[in-house]
Amino acid sequence: MSSTTNPSTQHTSTIGAIGAPSRRNTELALLIFAVVIPVFAYANVGLALNDEVPAGLLSYGLGLGLMAGVGHLAVRKFAPYADPLLLPIATLLNGIGLVAIWRLDHSERLQASRTFVEAAPRQLMYSALGVALFVAVLFFLKDHRVLQRYTYISMAGALVLLLLPLVPGLGHNVFGARIWIKIPGLGTLQPGEFAKIVLAVFFAGYLMVKRDALALASRRFMGLYLPRGRDLGPIIVVWIISILILVFETDLGTSLLFFGMFVIMLYVATERTSWIVFGLLMSAVGAVGVASFEPHIQTRVQAWLDPMREFELSRAGVSDGIVHSEQAMQALWAFGSGGTLGTGWGQGNSDLIGFASNSDFILATFGEEIGLAGVMALILLYALIVERGVRTALAARDPFGKLLAIGLSGAFALQVFVVAGGVMGLIPLTGMTMPFLAYGGSSVIANWALIGILLRISDTARRPAPAPAANPDAEMTQVVRP
Amino acid sequence: MNKPLRRVAIFCGLLMLALLVRNNWIQYAQADKLRTDEKNRRVAIERYASPRGDIIVDGEPITGHKATDGDFAYKRTYKDGAMWAPVTGYVSQAFGANQLEAIEDGILTGNDDRLFFRNTLDMLTGKKKEGGNVVTTLNAAAQKAAYEGLKKRGGKGSVVALEPSTGKILALASFPSYDPSTIAGNSLKTDAKAWDKLQKKNNPNDPMLNRALREVYPPGSTFKVVTAAAALEHGLVEDADQKTDTPLPYVMKGTRTELKNDGDLPCKDATLREALRVSCNTVFGKAGTDLGNDKMLETAKKFGFTEEQFTPVRSSASVFSENMEPSQVALSSIGQFNTAATPLQMAMVSAAVANNGTLMKPYMVDELQAPSLDTVEKTEPEKLSEPMSAKNAQILQSMMETVVNDGTGKNAQISGVTVGGKTGTAQHGENNSKNPYAWFISYAKNSDGSSPVAVAVVIEDENAVRGDISGGGLAAPIAKSVMEAVVKGKQ
Repeated sequence: MSSTTNPSTQHTSTIGAIGAPSRRNTELALLIFAVVIPVFAYANVGLALNDEVPAGLLSYGLGLGLMAGVGHLAVRKFAPYADPLLLPIATLLNGIGLVAIWRLDHSERLQASRTFVEAAPRQLMYSALGVALFVAVLFFLKDHRVLQRYTYISMAGALVLLLLPLVPGLGHNVFGARIWIKIPGLGTLQPGEFAKIVLAVFFAGYLMVKRDALALASRRFMGLYLPRGRDLGPIIVVWIISILILVFETDLGTSLLFFGMFVIMLYVATERTSWIVFGLLMSAVGAVGVASFEPHIQTRVQAWLDPMREFELSRAGVSDGIVHSEQAMQALWAFGSGGTLGTGWGQGNSDLIGFASNSDFILATFGEEIGLAGVMALILLYALIVERGVRTALAARDPFGKLLAIGLSGAFALQVFVVAGGVMGLIPLTGMTMPFLAYGGSSVIANWALIGILLRISDTARRPAPAPAANPDAEMTQVVRP
Repeated sequence: MNKPLRRVAIFCGLLMLALLVRNNWIQYAQADKLRTDEKNRRVAIERYASPRGDIIVDGEPITGHKATDGDFAYKRTYKDGAMWAPVTGYVSQAFGANQLEAIEDGILTGNDDRLFFRNTLDMLTGKKKEGGNVVTTLNAAAQKAAYEGLKKRGGKGSVVALEPSTGKILALASFPSYDPSTIAGNSLKTDAKAWDKLQKKNNPNDPMLNRALREVYPPGSTFKVVTAAAALEHGLVEDADQKTDTPLPYVMKGTRTELKNDGDLPCKDATLREALRVSCNTVFGKAGTDLGNDKMLETAKKFGFTEEQFTPVRSSASVFSENMEPSQVALSSIGQFNTAATPLQMAMVSAAVANNGTLMKPYMVDELQAPSLDTVEKTEPEKLSEPMSAKNAQILQSMMETVVNDGTGKNAQISGVTVGGKTGTAQHGENNSKNPYAWFISYAKNSDGSSPVAVAVVIEDENAVRGDISGGGLAAPIAKSVMEAVVKGKQ
């Protein structure tokens, strides 16, 4: 859809906006696959575990179909020109994640654990809530530019969300990372997942206003544009907040995610490579600095460098003030044992990972049961979501929309990389979840909202522009040459 | 803003590419290593997921299986576990596997590549996976005779019996032994405790040591058979009844030390036959020195010394040193100094003599069977070397038969059967302070000259009175009962 092939769109952007078909029927067709594939997976698990098609198959299929249908109708009604891929991919990931969670609910090893709860029904409820929020976003947010008005409220909101886990009595520490809050009677919440979206709104609004100052007022030094001291202010504030998250919530992933998102948006807003250099330098300084005194982070790095040693220490029950975990090694074994094609649904032993095997480590279950082929397909699905997000940013006509779309998709890409990379041993493990796949209400709900916002931006971007009003002066305009 | 957007897009693409590369690395490149890692619990789960195939002796399984709770479905059981432990090794849910159980794990669990086609068929037809069987060459009667003999004796010891014409291992006993059934499960209360008790640090008798294959002892006078073979092969002596030029007392070359005989023996210029009959140290010590280190080593190597044997269970390498002083060669040639041999090695010496000079490769797995009892692999007898000519072997046979008929090995006589043998009493410990090892190697011979069995017996009896320990007294009766068991079985 390059602009050069379509003369009518030369004046706008890369994506042909004018006359673009709505693609709603494509979406519907893809949604059918997105519902049918998880239903087959679900039947497969039942057959493998109990030699029978699970009794809940019909209600599960109907539930997922209903969610997809409601989502589709909402898009058809409120965002008819939105990107046709995002909703089906999100539905597919959510559905297949539900199957994996249900499968792990049937693990005898996990059932024996003290903290076991049946996760699949809850996740189904969270998914429904997520889709409801998705519909609400499409319904109430008629134009994403409205969000621009709430730039500074967003900042305040994001700060509150990020700091909530530190409030005594509310914060909830799970295996070292303090990124949860506990609401009595309701369960736990991971506010960071929501903060991701709210922060993107703030950054987009803020950078749109300040981009010229940040981009232009600078000195050149050794080939880099050095920003003025006062312009450095915001980046330093965000950096400090990221460091604080790292220190007090001991969560490398969240910290990296926010800082990375900010640097990406800053770079897009200012088009200055120097910001990236600064960003990388500052995150390196921050991460190394904190890791030098924070034992929780040190353990994570050690477990990454030598998972086998960590496994042995955990098995030997060594207690040197640090919780040694065999999970990193167990996850690697799960992936390796899956091999190219996997053991098949329900036939692996990924539950050996134990705690969090249906949330942070869920990718290992996929690795073992649907193999390299399956996990590559999943990664490509995530890559497609990111690609559609970036494309939306390219197509958006307003800078705020561009920034918001790239911020959200960049954050999404970083999150997928940090979580999947952590579970696969590419980088140290952090306590975040695979979007849509993993068990966790906050994550599912927040990511549905994220998809909703991306759809809204892409609808605005792809909507046929009103035909340019005939310029009454056009013919009379003359170039006056002296 | 579109230029940086495109760059961010490329960056995101690189992140995803990194994930894909890493994913291929762990699920493809490293997959086999991770999947088969012994610490990966899946390996054990898989191993115990289906009833394990059996190890078979004389058509009867000496193993079995039993269903257990937890994520391991079955555990191993053994019949007469202690008697067969040196053959089977163990397989334990908690402690892994060793020896035959480990080496033939693929067949026994049914995971062997050679069963792949059959497994695929079974999968398609919905048949549950089963393990195949390992059919051994062992002889139950001989094994029983060997183990009971050692048990009655009470000390530590070991017996190996071979079929000289093929190299089949007929008996492989070690005492004290252990019952692998007691450690087959993974219960902390029973199996782990039993395991701890069997460890060498908690049990000085080291019952889990497979003495038949993994312990080397100084072979003492039994090594004189090797020296005699070397003397005949290298032409130092032409005939068993030719006088050797051996002074008495004999002072070892390059020293002023006398090489003594055990008692006042008629060893001056004794013939090889006479020297072997009464076990002259002087004659064989001098013969070794005269032949020299290289020729002695050459013959010893042909008998299998310095090499590990894979039966397929690995045996330790027996020792005969190189670059020794002439006096050390003299001591080595009577089975002292550095010379050390596994019981299997000495059985191979005896078998090579009995088989008219041809040494067959010792083996204990006759056949691997698929679960359907079809043969997957059959072991064919294999010639290992020819330490001596048939003529010299027959000379040596007549000498060893003289030892049994008329010398130190009288305790091994079997009525109606020709038996050849050699006793040994090997000194060890500093200044020979410890009780010596009692050895006996022998073979039985049919009337047509073929030999059904060759045996090596070693007894390390710390409680025996020192004078009592002589190969003829302690070891020969066990060798005799093992040979009888085999010969009677053949009739």
